[in-house]
Amino acid sequence: MAETHSLQDLRQAAVASKVFVQRDYTSGTICKFQIKFPAELESRIDKQQFEETIQTLNNLYAEAEKLGGRSYLEGCLACLTAYTIFLCMETHYEKVLKKIAKYIQEQNEKIYAPLGLLLTDPIERGLRVVEITIFEDRSIGSR
Amino acid sequence: MKNREYQQIDPQALATPPPDHTSRRLRRKWEVFPGKNRFCCEGRIIAARQSGVLPLTLALILLTSGLFFIFDCPYLVQNLTGCIPAIGGVLFVFVMVSLLQTSFTDPGILPRATPEEAADVEKQIDNPTGSSSSYRPPPRTKEVVINQQVVKLKYCFTCKIFRPPRTSHCSLCDNCVERFDHHCPWVGNCVGKRNYRFFYAFIVSLSFLTTFIFACATTHLALRSRGGNGLVIALQESPASALELVVCFFSVWSILGLSGFHTYLVAANLTTNEDIKGSWSGKSGGEDVGNPYSYNSIIKNCCSVLCGPMPPSLIDRRGFVPSDDSVQTSPVEIQLPAAKNDKNMCTQGTKGLLETASRSPLLTSSCPQAKPQAMPAVLETLPEIVPSPEPHPPKTTGGRQSTNTPHKHHSHHRSKAKQTTHHTHKTSNSSPRPYHSHSSRRKDSKNRDPKFSSLR
Repeated sequence: MAETHSLQDLRQAAVASKVFVQRDYTSGTICKFQIKFPAELESRIDKQQFEETIQTLNNLYAEAEKLGGRSYLEGCLACLTAYTIFLCMETHYEKVLKKIAKYIQEQNEKIYAPLGLLLTDPIERGLRVVEITIFEDRSIGSR
Repeated sequence: MKNREYQQIDPQALATPPPDHTSRRLRRKWEVFPGKNRFCCEGRIIAARQSGVLPLTLALILLTSGLFFIFDCPYLVQNLTGCIPAIGGVLFVFVMVSLLQTSFTDPGILPRATPEEAADVEKQIDNPTGSSSSYRPPPRTKEVVINQQVVKLKYCFTCKIFRPPRTSHCSLCDNCVERFDHHCPWVGNCVGKRNYRFFYAFIVSLSFLTTFIFACATTHLALRSRGGNGLVIALQESPASALELVVCFFSVWSILGLSGFHTYLVAANLTTNEDIKGSWSGKSGGEDVGNPYSYNSIIKNCCSVLCGPMPPSLIDRRGFVPSDDSVQTSPVEIQLPAAKNDKNMCTQGTKGLLETASRSPLLTSSCPQAKPQAMPAVLETLPEIVPSPEPHPPKTTGGRQSTNTPHKHHSHHRSKAKQTTHHTHKTSNSSPRPYHSHSSRRKDSKNRDPKFSSLR
């Protein structure tokens, strides 16, 4: 049976390496990450699972940056108030970022930490990369 | 029952941090920010280090508007309508608010790469064979296809990242800025993705304000001189109006021109940087190049640029610098003097990066036994990072941009008699182009000489 570790246990683990999932610019400047499965994770996690996580992240970012009625309304309202509304109100983007942070924490707790991995929220890296930290797994009966 | 394979942390090691750490308070990220920026109000307000001519801009606007309200308004309210100060007031407030927001908003600065990230990128780049340390390595580029258009992403040696499309490094602020438009000395800040809409609102409202004041001052003088006194006497009675007229007359052309130019840019979803470089003009090569970011609809372009979602600031100015364990940071600090000796202009940035090496608290705690493994990983990154910019000639803090990217100036010549300063669009890119100064430009000349070959 695979060793399972909680997020707490990971705090005491050794960092073996980090993998970086870069941005995918083929659709322009929107925030999107490459779905390509990094080779270093092959032994650690299921490819499908990983791709699903990244795809969900991409969808969430697309939702944040979507040009639709709501964002136009927000933009026009902001323009009329000489953009002072940004000082008081939380923007749609920020709301989605909170959603993303929650999603990543959820994924970490449920899926990645038990496998000795940790996803870092891209916003902490300037939305450039999804950093995945691989912790050393010295269990004898490792997966 | 979980069978823990990981080493336990020795609580004693963590409970008693070394003396020099206890005296250091927790610092916020803005205090260790590597770029050339100034921060006020505990990191809430950001501005470029050089405020440029922002004080002059403010003084001019305040002076002209002040004179207008004090001298023109009373007369015009009496003889015309009371709406005049109201309209003037609204325009003035709009101008001031948008100016301050342009100047003090993060334009879309990209934080520099963490050491691990930089090392990862270095690994992926093939080192050109035979590149000795005596000359600079060729600029690193990565090609990506966006909307059937090949776009080259350039590597920024200062920030240690491949710049996203439309991002450029501002040498004045020493930051990579997303959707970099230009560095505007009049507002004392870069204009980029996050504050372009404020900048546009500023110049448009300023055009209206200048035109309005000009019209009111003219009307005022005309009304006064109609009373049979003549223009000279009217001018003597109200010299302030004369001053306003002069200031407005000379500024209205430039500001209207600039507004018109930026309206064109907004409609075409272009940046000043791209327009100057002729990235998408397709003049050279004769290939069918078009702007891959344009939605091919003026309305949609305008909406996306001006009314699109407001992206968040990526630099997290008010976040706390994680207090790294002495276990992890002390070996790093030993390496730093070596890095500094290389006259690497990025050492300041590297040190800043190392201080914020891992934001996640999970990575800051490492057990003593694991230290030997963690350390080499960190130490290895330093030699990797340092040699790459090493071949660069050492530069003083003045002329920043680290790499093979000489500074390129674009001077927007203003036909102002009083002010001899130029509206300088400072753009910098990473392609090796000779220093070029554009002396005059018209907003309506879309057929510009191809001074710069488009990005290939």
